[in-house]
Amino acid sequence: MLEGHTTYLGYEPYAMGREEKRAFLAGCLRELIAHHRENCPEYARLLEVLGYEDRAVMGLEELPFIPVQLFKEFELLSVPRENVVKTMKSSGTTGQKRSQVFLDRPTALAQSKCLAGIMASYVGKKRLPMLILDTELAKKDPRMFSARGAGIIGFSMFGRDVFFALDEKMGIRWDEMQEWLEKHKGERIILFGYTYMIWQYVVKALRKKGRCLGIEEGLLFHIGGWKKLQAESVSAEEYNASLREVCGDINVHNYYGMAEQLGSVFVECEEGHMHCSIFSDVIIRSPYDFKSRNLGEEGLVELLSVLPSSYPGHILLTEDWGRILGEDDCPCGRKGKYFQLLGRIKEAEVRGCSDTYGQ
Amino acid sequence: MGSDLTYLAGGEIRDVRPLAPYSDVVCRFLDDFSSELLHDQACKAYPDITAAAFWARRGNIARLKARRQEELRIGRGIAFHITPSNIPVQFIFSYMFGLLSGCANIVKVTTKDYPQIEHICRVLRQVLGREEYSDVLAMTAIVRYPRESAWTESFSSLCQARLIWGGDATISNIRRYSLPPRAVELVFPDRYSLALLDTEAVATAEEKVLDRLAQGFYNDTFLMDQNACSSPQLVLWQGSNQAGKDRFWSAVRKLAEERYDLAPVKATSKYADFCSNAVRFPETGGLQAENNVLYRVTLKGIPGNVEELRGRFGLFYEYELQDFAELDAVVNGRYQTLTYFGIDPEALAKQVISRGWRGIDRIVPVGKALDMDVIWDGYDFVSELSRIIDVR
Repeated sequence: MLEGHTTYLGYEPYAMGREEKRAFLAGCLRELIAHHRENCPEYARLLEVLGYEDRAVMGLEELPFIPVQLFKEFELLSVPRENVVKTMKSSGTTGQKRSQVFLDRPTALAQSKCLAGIMASYVGKKRLPMLILDTELAKKDPRMFSARGAGIIGFSMFGRDVFFALDEKMGIRWDEMQEWLEKHKGERIILFGYTYMIWQYVVKALRKKGRCLGIEEGLLFHIGGWKKLQAESVSAEEYNASLREVCGDINVHNYYGMAEQLGSVFVECEEGHMHCSIFSDVIIRSPYDFKSRNLGEEGLVELLSVLPSSYPGHILLTEDWGRILGEDDCPCGRKGKYFQLLGRIKEAEVRGCSDTYGQ
Repeated sequence: MGSDLTYLAGGEIRDVRPLAPYSDVVCRFLDDFSSELLHDQACKAYPDITAAAFWARRGNIARLKARRQEELRIGRGIAFHITPSNIPVQFIFSYMFGLLSGCANIVKVTTKDYPQIEHICRVLRQVLGREEYSDVLAMTAIVRYPRESAWTESFSSLCQARLIWGGDATISNIRRYSLPPRAVELVFPDRYSLALLDTEAVATAEEKVLDRLAQGFYNDTFLMDQNACSSPQLVLWQGSNQAGKDRFWSAVRKLAEERYDLAPVKATSKYADFCSNAVRFPETGGLQAENNVLYRVTLKGIPGNVEELRGRFGLFYEYELQDFAELDAVVNGRYQTLTYFGIDPEALAKQVISRGWRGIDRIVPVGKALDMDVIWDGYDFVSELSRIIDVR
């Protein structure tokens, strides 16, 4: 985040109405564009070939977006390399290139503050006992120091007496967990994990033993792709119901974010809608001409975030598919756009003379 | 080994009796095969099958035969064809080239389930089943087996010629398996292709000619997502009539807007390729596009490694050529097809030879880039797959 923007982090994340938010975001993003153009030669080159010219009055839809795939191919930096305190790598499946994101101290700090503000809207300001449905190894092992480990570290700051439910072999630590649960019996508990890992190593294991954690009041946040769950034909409804069956009385919140835009995440509210905070926004674009789509129309998901200042990840065109459901009028009371994510776009069937190994 | 091999047509090749190139029985067989394919209801739905069938018809084979020299030749024996996974009908061309040269053929097809392969093989089995073609049947083995199977090694050890389609990675993979000492090998590595058009010729072309040109260019490129080796990546212009250039691209774009299936992933990949190439190649200019169907990018100069500047799904780089000398430094062995419009092909061929270029082995009109033929990638299949009997 640019130094001049840091006071914004104290703003309520879901309190700004449409026009005010648009002006606020456009201002921040135009300054970020100028900053990255100045400091990241690759980004400056992209603005050149895209023919971008800054104008005083600009809609968010007119701001230049770059493809998220570029972070897999290039090391994009807008600060001197010696300022980088953390290099994030996306988890990425085998054989695929992983994206790299470079964080300096101000960006890393802004990310965690932003995430804290967003979470507070769901959890409250008080720190709750936290159960992480993953292994502690994911945070320690440098080979796992991917978005997964960083996500755990980032998230665990909102809880107290953090407990990791899985051992290094991804098995449940039955006895220790029982002890921990008894210690916090009757308390409001916060749970965190990755969508598929929770299903594979927690839901399935608990079901097999016929156990329920018996949590009386809790909130579970999970992040990650639905691809593998889709392959097992597990719907979001079934996923949430299964979790309540094995955990107890908990609210389940899926949330969405790119490794390239950690911090300014999109959290599903009590109504099941993904929400943009004032630090982020979503634009849906037509694949035919990249024109922005209207409310309700499906298209490619573009993500905006005011946080990235050490790397040019502020406006990204993703390969996700979605649609905007509404703006400022979700029954949950949060302002801003809310949307539905419809999954990853289909890969192309490769045509051509050259065989593609690994497929 | 054993159970993982299936014969889609023909069977195990036992007693190999090569034939002379363009033998009567093979020519008759191809003509019958061609007409069965053209009349088959299921096959009619696939333009690529129709193209293969059309190639095999009597008139075309007779034309090729007439072009042959008078040498005395006979097929080398068994040709083992490893055909690519991304072009469904490639295997049948490779097989027909093998037959015409007089060889028996073991043709490995991809394990991917293309309906074209099933339909072609069904018709092939039917024609091979006729009494009169028992010799051709004995020369045919269309096989399918998993890539990691030991059959590739086994077939390699007994063939007299091996053909490896499928690009650099496949070639280096298959070359682990040795061939008998006298066997020959034809390989088809990754290639790079380009087009050369005259701006005046385009500007002054009649509407009908322009439509044909746009249609031809569309077929050369969009039809295979620009991924074929012979699909032009770079469009070179002779002359500086800007109206000619714009007229060309506008015609191509209109056609592509009507016909091209721009799946969302093609749009995002094209945009990502454009951005990535812009970062890697300072010679690339700004994006010229009305929408995501066609991207035009002008080059300020030809990068030395221009063959790595690739587009897919309708991303084209263009450059106004001042002098052929500009290509001296860049044309290497990777260059395959040069498609042309409004330019004398003989003069182009002279340039290749007088300048001593190591690449460009096809000079064909726009629209013919993907047309398979018995001469391909600088080889004449029939000559390569047969041996000369020198009689004095």
